[in-house]
Amino acid sequence: MTSGALIRVSQLWKSYPGTAVLERINLEVERNEFVTVVGASGCGKTTFFKLLLGEEQPTRGTIFVAGKPLAPEPGKDRGVVFQRYSVFPHLTVLENVLVGLELRRSKFLCRSFGRRRRDEIEQCERMLERVGLLSSANAYPDALSGGMQQRLALSQTLIMGPEILLLDEPFGALDPGIRADMHGLVRELYSELNLTVLMITHDLSEGFRLGTRLLVFDKVRVDPHDPDAYGATITYDVPVSRNRNNGNEPTIAALESGV
Amino acid sequence: MRLINQRPSRGAAIIVAALPFAALVVIYLTFSDIRLEANPQDKLLPSVESFADAIRRMAFEPSVRTGKILLWADTAASLQRLFIGIGVSALAGFTFGVLNGMIPWFSAAWSPLVRVLSMIPPIAILPILFIMFGLGELSKVVLIVFGTAPFIMRDMEQRVRELPREQIVKAQTLDANTWQIAVRVVAPQVMPRLMDAVRLSLGAAWLFLIAAEAIASTEGLGYRIFLVRRYLAMDVILPYVAWITLLAFLLDAAFRKLNAFLFPWYGTNR
Repeated sequence: MTSGALIRVSQLWKSYPGTAVLERINLEVERNEFVTVVGASGCGKTTFFKLLLGEEQPTRGTIFVAGKPLAPEPGKDRGVVFQRYSVFPHLTVLENVLVGLELRRSKFLCRSFGRRRRDEIEQCERMLERVGLLSSANAYPDALSGGMQQRLALSQTLIMGPEILLLDEPFGALDPGIRADMHGLVRELYSELNLTVLMITHDLSEGFRLGTRLLVFDKVRVDPHDPDAYGATITYDVPVSRNRNNGNEPTIAALESGV
Repeated sequence: MRLINQRPSRGAAIIVAALPFAALVVIYLTFSDIRLEANPQDKLLPSVESFADAIRRMAFEPSVRTGKILLWADTAASLQRLFIGIGVSALAGFTFGVLNGMIPWFSAAWSPLVRVLSMIPPIAILPILFIMFGLGELSKVVLIVFGTAPFIMRDMEQRVRELPREQIVKAQTLDANTWQIAVRVVAPQVMPRLMDAVRLSLGAAWLFLIAAEAIASTEGLGYRIFLVRRYLAMDVILPYVAWITLLAFLLDAAFRKLNAFLFPWYGTNR
């Protein structure tokens, strides 16, 4: 098991009683890859996400992260941003970012005090400035727009320095213009922090624009009398070149007709 | 314009809200006058003067027998029982609710019991409480706790479960352990919901308080009402009922205000 891949998934199956969701998933993700996962709704991409997160357990197969089997619960090595409900509504913007640092240091009181707290607040303020939220530091998330809430969710996660960033349709609920801003931000943070990103999206062009590699989930076997009999698997695994005007468009067209 | 789209202005709303109250007063005074004209000794619908006289006697003059001003002594005794009872219920409801809502093993062990306990009509066990805890303060407080705690426990458990799964997962990715999730994520978010549950339980708490006081007590608002019933003293009963209503109304309003003040983030995202 000395494969250099950061995430290695081998022969992964997931089924619920009466429903097969995923079958024969094999995947290796290297450090610093930006993998986007697309597929029709109900093709198991969210289930795959939950398996990577540790929120659900595979029926068969194992997921290795940095060579070690994944613990059966979410952990600090995998940061996450969901489509909604990622931030804590009872904490201000600053507190939302600070809470991770406090939780890491103070296992019983769950709060930090004095000099350490001032240092941590400074660190959080730098992060908020980076994502453009410093002016709203004392607002509650409820007062923020959807895009700002996702910026907050990102900074809340990234302040902990996770190796892997998992994004579950993080821009699905945003307006197109704001979505474009967020794409820029995520790309920048990805290269600044040397992250390994895995992002679920239902938007194929978003997948191409953002990632360095695109996975398509789909069912290869379909029983018309029992649609749930077979699960989905990875049907396309395409490297995406950064050179946007070159060669991408035909691939998208080919894929779209394929999907 | 359709009736469903016509809205009263603020002033009109106040006026139409006052009308039913005014109508009640007018109807009362009319029938009171008719009865008192027929029989000046009638006690069922006392006149305004008898009310004023009774209120002066109960609220401003010390009792000849005990030397205490009865209304205030009764109010203090009742509120003390109410607050201790509802306070114990809130504490129990919060603790059990958070544990039940968060920890599957805890809930597997205790949820069924709480569910069964909450089905027992509290008044039915009042005799048991009197036998076990005597006729003193304890049995009254226990009745209030028994009557309100199961509801608050179950409500809190439900509120904890309603917290988005995403938040709990997020906290785990921030390296929080179970205790930390309880302290930083769950407890602060169910606090305002606890206040709501307590506020909604106040009605039931009053009911059990007055029931317990009616049966065995030496002072208290419920005790007084049931005591003077023997003399058909409507001139005392009606002001007491109005006073209890006012207290309940003020408590409800105070809880609402306190909730909005303590938890500014709450309310808009309900």
